[in-house]
Amino acid sequence: MIKAPFEMEKISDEEYVLNMGPQHPSTHGVLRIVLKLDGEVVSGLYPDVGYIHSSVEKMCENKKFEMITPYTDRLDYLSAVNYNWAYVAAVEKLMAIQVPERAEYMRVMLAELNRIMSHLLWYSAFGMDVGALTPIFYAFREREEVIDMVEGMTGGRLTHHAFRIGGFKNDLQKDFLPRLKKFLLKFEDRISEYEALLINNVILTARTKGVGILDKAKAINYGVTGPTLRGSNCAIDLRKNAPYSVYPKFDFKVCTGKNGDTWDRLKVRMDEMRESAKILKQAMEMIPAGEFCAKVPRIIKPAPGEVYTMVESARGEFGVYMVSDGTEKPYRIKFRSPSFSNLSVLKEITIGAKIADVIAIMGSLDLVIPEIDR
Amino acid sequence: MALLKELFYDSGKPLTEFYTWMHGIWAGWGMPGFLLDFIFQLAIVAAVTVILVLNALWIIYYDRKISALMQIRKGPNRVGPLGLFQTLADTVKLLIKEDINPKKVDILSFWLAPLIIFIPTFAVFLVLPFGSGLIPADLNIGILYVMAITGLTVIGILAAGWGSNNKYSLIGGMRSAAQIVSYEIPMVIVILTVVLMSGTMKMSGIVAAQAKQWFILPQCVGFIVFLIVGNAEVNRAPFDLPEAESELVAGFNTEYSAMKFAFFYLAEYTNLFLTAAIATTLFLGGWQGPWPVPPIVWFFLKTYFVITILCWIRWTFPRIRVDQLMEFSWKYMLPIALVNLVVTAIIIKL
Repeated sequence: MIKAPFEMEKISDEEYVLNMGPQHPSTHGVLRIVLKLDGEVVSGLYPDVGYIHSSVEKMCENKKFEMITPYTDRLDYLSAVNYNWAYVAAVEKLMAIQVPERAEYMRVMLAELNRIMSHLLWYSAFGMDVGALTPIFYAFREREEVIDMVEGMTGGRLTHHAFRIGGFKNDLQKDFLPRLKKFLLKFEDRISEYEALLINNVILTARTKGVGILDKAKAINYGVTGPTLRGSNCAIDLRKNAPYSVYPKFDFKVCTGKNGDTWDRLKVRMDEMRESAKILKQAMEMIPAGEFCAKVPRIIKPAPGEVYTMVESARGEFGVYMVSDGTEKPYRIKFRSPSFSNLSVLKEITIGAKIADVIAIMGSLDLVIPEIDR
Repeated sequence: MALLKELFYDSGKPLTEFYTWMHGIWAGWGMPGFLLDFIFQLAIVAAVTVILVLNALWIIYYDRKISALMQIRKGPNRVGPLGLFQTLADTVKLLIKEDINPKKVDILSFWLAPLIIFIPTFAVFLVLPFGSGLIPADLNIGILYVMAITGLTVIGILAAGWGSNNKYSLIGGMRSAAQIVSYEIPMVIVILTVVLMSGTMKMSGIVAAQAKQWFILPQCVGFIVFLIVGNAEVNRAPFDLPEAESELVAGFNTEYSAMKFAFFYLAEYTNLFLTAAIATTLFLGGWQGPWPVPPIVWFFLKTYFVITILCWIRWTFPRIRVDQLMEFSWKYMLPIALVNLVVTAIIIKL
């Protein structure tokens, strides 16, 4: 076990070291955080990652292009579709494949449903982190419906392996759109219910407002992206700032917080679910008829070259850097995972807070560990 | 019917008659009287123990059903009719589980802690007025005894935290000590207000003083403060910091397993019942209520009403932070309780 830097330093008599994780109820997976504590106050923090490193990037070098997509599912099991998308888009860019418009709309719909799924799970887990055990059941009631819809479409409930190079394996289920419509009718009310239950609760606001303040400059310096960055009053969203697919056609706004504290990050995610619902409503009406997959050659052999594609996942900017040497397998793949950068800022915003705040702040960063370790 | 009413409303009388009758027979056999007294005391203790354990098992089931109701699920429904034997099955599981003693624990405090926590909760039952005349020992300082005895549990939690030789346990124990000590003060002040109104510390006297009007009406502020503070005393959400699952894994009982853990669990739920029962006695008129329902049923009805409120609070709110916990006690609960006491005293004097 690697010792934290301050474990080797001299620790004053007032302080002690507490290992949080790798097995701990609130580190959401196998993340180890070493805390230096003075009573209940955190005076040092060191995140130790790599406990479930599975060398995904290296494995990808030995797989054919079409075999890599399921690996990207496993990076972030909560919003798998967005991770598929970045990879698939990279291959499509290298091979100059034009994805049919219907497939693009389907992709947007799946990605937004996935974002809702991911945020609902984050909401539940955050509730558990701060000691509220009830919200999870309400959030999962809706999440179940979303998963059922996505399952009907892709066959998977968690790691869907939804996207194929060039589009999709099959068209939308017949009942997908009516179900989606039914779901969206009530979903906005449900979000207000969640906010009443947890986000606007007196105890929760007292615990999260003014805690873990991440200012804009620091967030940008650390490469923080996604809702965590937007909570710091920085309206950067790749769907707006570096538009991909058919996102420019939709009317939605980028939600931002004011102070960059923990509560703002919560609020941004709640608002984002509303915006996702808005995009879904528009996509439902605008989706054209046509092909769901482009004509893709049997053997995928991109021309030599390199490419970087990025998407706005539920956690932030997910990027795929890929080098092809003209064979059936990629020469090198590098994933830029948002949670890794978001975790790196934890130390900056946690020093001086209490033990309970570490959990709340970590929860508000919405980390997924397999994606950090890869 | 009249006989039944007499039996319920003057339960002390038939019991005393039975006692003197037994003494007569006992003396006829030529046995010393103190031996019979001892047997009687043992019987009372046994009865209280059985009530306590059965009650705790039922409360755990009740709490789980309430939480299920709050969380749109079904709750225990597999073991026995309606899942009623679920807690029993869990207890049996805990009984036959391996009792793990980690290597570096302080064995004395590690072993004593569950007992130190359990015995006081058990002892408090001796002064609870379950019904008219149904009170195991009607001490004339009943409520003071309750406060003194429940104050002991903090030693058990500290011993568990220290003896476990685990940092999470230690933090949990320390939090608990700070919490129980600072919440005991507003609690005592609220109880003092009630004592001021009833003019006695005897539990039966406090109940009798509410014959015309329950204290919840003149003391509604006191009742609310008592509920909040009592909830904090029994370490339940939103004041469950000593065993805050998401922060401290399981707090002071992280290292405990099997029967020792069962003791903690039993004590927690018994404490919940106690808080509700004391709130009933102090504010809701104890066992008093219109006749067709016997007093003992009234007592349990009211107690379970309070328990339902406490469960409702538990399953709704997120956990409070440790500094806010202290702030809440010293800056809000204590001044409110004090003002309440002074105002009550002035009104009584007028």
